[in-house]
Amino acid sequence: MNFWIELLVSVLLVFGGLFVLVGSIGLVRLKDFYMRLHAPTKATTLGLGGILLASMVSISYQQGYMSIHELLITLFLLITAPVTAHILAKVAMHHRLKQIERTSNAHYVDRAREQRPPKDAE
Amino acid sequence: MLEWAIYLVTAMLCVALLLNLWRLLIGPQIADRILALDTMYINSIALILLYGIHSGTKLYFEAALLIAMLGFVSTVAFCKYLLRGDIIE
Amino acid sequence: MSKDAAFRWFPMPLHSLLMLVIWLMLNGSLSLGHVLLGSLLAMVIPWLCAPLQMPQPGHFKPFRAIRYILMVLVDVVIANVQVAILVLGPEKRLKPAFVAVPLDISGALPITVLASTVTMTPGTVSADVSEDRKWLYVHVLNLEGTEEELVEQIKSRYEQGVREIFAC
Repeated sequence: MNFWIELLVSVLLVFGGLFVLVGSIGLVRLKDFYMRLHAPTKATTLGLGGILLASMVSISYQQGYMSIHELLITLFLLITAPVTAHILAKVAMHHRLKQIERTSNAHYVDRAREQRPPKDAE
Repeated sequence: MLEWAIYLVTAMLCVALLLNLWRLLIGPQIADRILALDTMYINSIALILLYGIHSGTKLYFEAALLIAMLGFVSTVAFCKYLLRGDIIE
Repeated sequence: MSKDAAFRWFPMPLHSLLMLVIWLMLNGSLSLGHVLLGSLLAMVIPWLCAPLQMPQPGHFKPFRAIRYILMVLVDVVIANVQVAILVLGPEKRLKPAFVAVPLDISGALPITVLASTVTMTPGTVSADVSEDRKWLYVHVLNLEGTEEELVEQIKSRYEQGVREIFAC
């Protein structure tokens, strides 16, 4: 394989792998559920995007024509990741999961759980 | 070089999967376990694609797409069950 | 063919086009057979799903949408690096917070797009929308500066973009 394409694929792979790893480290390391929600939904999606891009370049080069399959998975994940995060946040609120002490504006959780605005209308 | 990059990233993904498994086992809440499971789906897609690059075929693409779709649907079904006590209303 | 008849046969023209494109991408070919089969599916599926359709805002500007998507993608990559540093750095330094963002846009689709964008841009996850659709609750991983600054940033950067796409 051409050196530059190999370099590009390797860099994309390592970039993606690092982000996937960071997402999982965040999942284990952070203290409460709302904070843990941040790491996998975003870092992991971006990491997988990097790996998919690498796969696209590599397969396109080997097969000799443009392979756009992988874009479909990336697109699908970009659309579904926010939905997953949102519904998990709703579950956390519904089950009254504890947030850590220093979270500011924690009283919003009760308002958000019942889908009320933050202040009652006068 | 690509060979080494693939081995390195495979190692990273395996560590990531182990960390997810750890979170899946210790919980503490059921929402944490669902989140860990969802992350495992995504990491396994990455692992499958990596194997596809390694062996230079597109055969594994369909498997990755199927895992992506089933993973999303099952996560939403779990959450829906926890929210409403029912999946199809 | 009158407009009503056209509507009956193609209830969702944009969706049909999208379905055809995705079918062709999935099969990775432009051969006549796939185009025909894809066209057939793109006609039949919207026809079956038309009764489930929800009314959407009439205006949609594709070019603005493409610009917005590119802007968000760049933001996602840049800010993900920042979140990676936060996650790996000392855990005590993080200042998580809940923030209520007042919404000026209305309609289900624009709010969904805004909430998804807020979730994808690192540091913030949208948690819920109030029943009257005037407030978006957001969880912030690390609140730097004040609440008002964050609200201002979301409103000026993302809500403005969404409003330009849907012209509402």
